[in-house]
Amino acid sequence: MEGNYTVLNRLTNGIFKENPIFKLALSMCPAVAVTNNIRNGVLLGLAVLFVQVASNCTVSLLRRVIHERIRIPAYIIIIATWVSVIDMVLAAYVPAVYKEVALYVKLIVVFAIIISRLEVFACRNKLWPSFWDGVGMGVGFLFALVMVGFVRELLGSGTVWGYEIVPFRPFFFWSLPPAGFFAIGLLMALFIWVEKKFEAWQQKRKEVRP
Amino acid sequence: MTARAFFRRTVLLVLAAACCAALWTAPATPAVAAGLITDGSFHDDHTLSLTLADAMDAGWDGAGKVTVFERTSPDIPLTVRSVTFTPDRRELHVAVEELVNPGEAYVVRLRDCSAGGRAVAEVDYTVRRGMLAILVTIILSASLIHNFVFTRYLGLCIFFGTSGRKETAVGMGISFTVVMTLSAGFIWAVYNFVLKPLHLDFLQVLVFVGIVAIFVQFLDTVLRKVNPFLFKKLGVYLVLITTNCIVLAVPLILVNNAYDMWESLALALGSGAGFALALFLMASVRERLELADIPGPFRGLPIAFVVAGLFALAFLGFSGLNLG
Repeated sequence: MEGNYTVLNRLTNGIFKENPIFKLALSMCPAVAVTNNIRNGVLLGLAVLFVQVASNCTVSLLRRVIHERIRIPAYIIIIATWVSVIDMVLAAYVPAVYKEVALYVKLIVVFAIIISRLEVFACRNKLWPSFWDGVGMGVGFLFALVMVGFVRELLGSGTVWGYEIVPFRPFFFWSLPPAGFFAIGLLMALFIWVEKKFEAWQQKRKEVRP
Repeated sequence: MTARAFFRRTVLLVLAAACCAALWTAPATPAVAAGLITDGSFHDDHTLSLTLADAMDAGWDGAGKVTVFERTSPDIPLTVRSVTFTPDRRELHVAVEELVNPGEAYVVRLRDCSAGGRAVAEVDYTVRRGMLAILVTIILSASLIHNFVFTRYLGLCIFFGTSGRKETAVGMGISFTVVMTLSAGFIWAVYNFVLKPLHLDFLQVLVFVGIVAIFVQFLDTVLRKVNPFLFKKLGVYLVLITTNCIVLAVPLILVNNAYDMWESLALALGSGAGFALALFLMASVRERLELADIPGPFRGLPIAFVVAGLFALAFLGFSGLNLG
């Protein structure tokens, strides 16, 4: 199934069409738990981006070596290796932020999005498309985390990336942990709504100018 | 009932009763203190008290020879304010500057002491509440106060994936609890007897996830042969469990808190029960939601998230529960 995948196609697929959080609804644990400000979201998003790209490339290179029967354990070992790498790097260079998201960085191993991309895409495609697929998915994940983090930080504490935007706390509720669920639910609905409108608009344009 | 089945059941019952009795009466720590210290307890907010087997020799007043630290952070000693004896010198009160939390475990270390004619260079004793109280606390805390789904936000993929119907929710809950408890016991043993002595702590993630994956595969194979009926009911969920965050989070937490084996099993059991509870609650609501008139874009997952948010708010109330 080695189709024609362009770079742009892979990127938009990851960010919009198959956005890991808003469309596929995979790996939502960090999206709820650590997004009460943008900084945590960005850090975790970057970690996931790195692990996704690195393991996509590894699996794609080894796709003829890994036997089909033992592919899941093999994938998990590959992912766990890359997670250990990023875990140690973050712990060494950004200890302050790392402390808040430490558990979730280690848990990247079991994020469904990574293993599902390996299973669906990387094990059947060459290195280059797999690389861009990883980038697309990782950026899509990062994008979702930043969006949720932005909404919650702005509404909850009136700041963006720690800088004050409004001089008071509009809705403290959004800083509370359970608000993560509400934020994702609402953003997900918004995503679906926008996509429906967009499709209807495209359909209309086709009818006018066939 | 055949005689053999009856015999087997009786043996099982007796074993279970013996285990319970042993647990109930067991002191919190085994006799690591070489028999010198027989008991330890929390005296008040700042004081730990130790009971000795023999009267401590008169020359030893404890100045500078007593260290107290929390079990989870052995590098940070508490400030010892005073060490006092009861008149018969068989009970020792160690007062510390910091507030003592009875939910924690504290290690008291005595150096160069001698009692009843025996000299001991160094002796450790872990002071904490009785085993049963600790286990109940851990189970309650893992299932309600720190419910994995609603207050720690883990295992959400599986949670939203399998909470559509009550039947699947119950199946998933049961198989998850079983796998969790068994693998946590196994992981505890591997960490404490292999990884820690060899200083391979940095391989934590790799080893833990490997063990869980192997364990699930093993259970899958065994169940298929031994009990096809149960396999048909629960087999589908087994594979899903490998990608569940909780299955990895529990080992990481138990290693972080330096839990012993019983505590680890209690944590696993509690988190499994909490996950099953969350699944069942959610499934009950989602079955009803199917009949409700929900705005278009919210159908399916988005409304499930909003409902989960409401549940999470409710579970926030448990954080006020005091188990001390």
